Amino acid sequence: MYRYDEFDQQLLVERVAEFRDQVRRRLSGELTEEEFKPLRLMNGVYLQLHAYMLRIGIPYGTLSSQQLRTIADVARRYDRGYGHFTTRQNIQFNWISLEELPDAMAELARVGLHGIQTSGNSIRNVTTDQWAGVVPHEIEDPRIWAEVLRQHTTMHPEFSFLPRKFKIAVTASSDDRAAIRIHDIGLRLYSNQAGETGFEVMVGGGLGRTPFLGKTIKPFLAKRDLLSYLEAILRVYNQHGRRDNIYKARIKILVHDLGAETFAKEVEDEWQAIKDGPLALDEGAVVEIRARFRYPVYEQLENSPLALERAREGNKQFAAWLENSVRPHKAPGYAIVTLSLKPEGGPPGDATADQMDAIAALADAHSFGEIRVGHDQNLVLPHVRQDHLDTVWRALDALGLATPNIGLVSDIIACPGLDYCSLANARSIPVAQELTRRFRGLARSRDLGRLHINISGCINACGHHHVGHIGLLGVEKNGEEFYQITLGGRSDENATLGALLGPAVPYGEVVDVVDRIVDAYLELRKDPQELFVDTVSRLGTEPFKERAYAAH
Amino acid sequence: MTAPQQQKLRFTGPMVVTANRLSDGVVIYFTHDGGWSTALNSAAIVATSEEASQRLSRALRDEQHAVGAYLAPVTMAAGQRVTPGNLRERIRHDGPTITLPGVIPAEASAHVPL
Repeated sequence: MYRYDEFDQQLLVERVAEFRDQVRRRLSGELTEEEFKPLRLMNGVYLQLHAYMLRIGIPYGTLSSQQLRTIADVARRYDRGYGHFTTRQNIQFNWISLEELPDAMAELARVGLHGIQTSGNSIRNVTTDQWAGVVPHEIEDPRIWAEVLRQHTTMHPEFSFLPRKFKIAVTASSDDRAAIRIHDIGLRLYSNQAGETGFEVMVGGGLGRTPFLGKTIKPFLAKRDLLSYLEAILRVYNQHGRRDNIYKARIKILVHDLGAETFAKEVEDEWQAIKDGPLALDEGAVVEIRARFRYPVYEQLENSPLALERAREGNKQFAAWLENSVRPHKAPGYAIVTLSLKPEGGPPGDATADQMDAIAALADAHSFGEIRVGHDQNLVLPHVRQDHLDTVWRALDALGLATPNIGLVSDIIACPGLDYCSLANARSIPVAQELTRRFRGLARSRDLGRLHINISGCINACGHHHVGHIGLLGVEKNGEEFYQITLGGRSDENATLGALLGPAVPYGEVVDVVDRIVDAYLELRKDPQELFVDTVSRLGTEPFKERAYAAH
Repeated sequence: MTAPQQQKLRFTGPMVVTANRLSDGVVIYFTHDGGWSTALNSAAIVATSEEASQRLSRALRDEQHAVGAYLAPVTMAAGQRVTPGNLRERIRHDGPTITLPGVIPAEASAHVPL
């Protein structure tokens, strides 16, 4: 957990006071909507279909129990008792009134939470692996670097008016759980042949109307050069990124238009001029930031304690959850626990205030007061003792947070869609709900294995449908909701854009079609170990298309 | 549905002017007397494109109460009952089509079958 200091705190206090006055002047008429809108966006305040929406940034997806309790309190006091975790590790409140937003923001500010740069043409939350700092074989904790970037990019005067939003993700594992290749800048921390640790830098990833995978423009960047190189990229973007057309304004368009090689050269030229200047990262600065991260002091424990094995043998539900939702930890005797926010029939990624309070209490008792948010819209308790897993499971189970479906067919990533969002063309949540009901059987889910369904309610792709094993994109045809289906997308280290399956299917049929696609996989896979996405890679979409659209 | 504010003004049937209430974002409809109501039945129905333009301009000037005013289609049912004219407007009028969390349905707390 990073410990903010008094300067951070003061900045937030002043920011809230400033926003409070801006709201006052908007309500009194002193500010027009045209003047007010950019100001509220700079604090993460959107206007959606039914109400204002407040997006709060959760830096690199790490929350303290105190922060989670405050989020719960705000949800209860100012909202309708729940919040929605997003595909950028943030949280959204859907119902806070404009009049009460300053109070809600003041409460969040007290625990270091805010909506600065969660909206608008700015550098957004730097996201990472939700298992950062605890997963075995990680090179080092990528959150240190996410914090370096957060500090550097927050209110950076030169980059406050970029052509468009800018998203950065960083990971330090060979398994990419942060989807870095679909970000404007993706950073992979790794150890090279010479044993040095540095970054592979990818630029120009992104989804939406024109999806692209990021291109590696710097195979190995020394840590010292992180900020200067980033600066060079942003300067090239700021200089040459289009501002005449919002659909052509992301850096991915610039990289594509120039070509990766030319773009890399532009960055290199800019970088050579500044790399040894004040942006060269001082080892001392990094040490200082690292020192402000508080790490647990783990006890000396053994893996697979007897108590755990006994509990596993004694309870099938617990055993199923262990196998699905619990993963090895770098510290012996500990475990990484994923909390499913995808209960059968539930809206993906939502948690009630009561659940949040209970999770905070569990974090205090069993996870050193720390919670993580994944871009998959699930939560994590990152440091649970293996001999506490039984206790933790019972509590999670009672809360409806222990559905053993992580990574399986019903662990769906979905945007809020037309039920909430003013940009949407179709609903996504009810489709997700119906899919979880259709695939409720654990035996069937386990047989299907890892299967990622992603649903977006419009082309902006907040549900990351392009990189779903099965991607659903909601569109509107003559006032009706239809869904385009793509297959074979991947968001991990083998990132791939999905291929269109065939004609869009109507709302009333989409769950049946997905069911038939899944049945096709069972028929076509070469053995039960071959994952759905690998069967699609091997055979292409044609055999799936035949079965998906077969007359029934 | 392209955000209505971005659509060109094309008059295809009865419409109302709608917006979000400034103070809390609640969906509101422009009434005959130039005020706003949360009740769709109180909304002034515009029947011609000229009237639509006029009403919309008037609504857009009322920034004190309403944000993002635009023209939304309505359907005139028998007996002059007014209903929202498309899915987006139905959702704006009725709220999300899903049960909001906090009302945990029984199925979520039951174990999935093994």
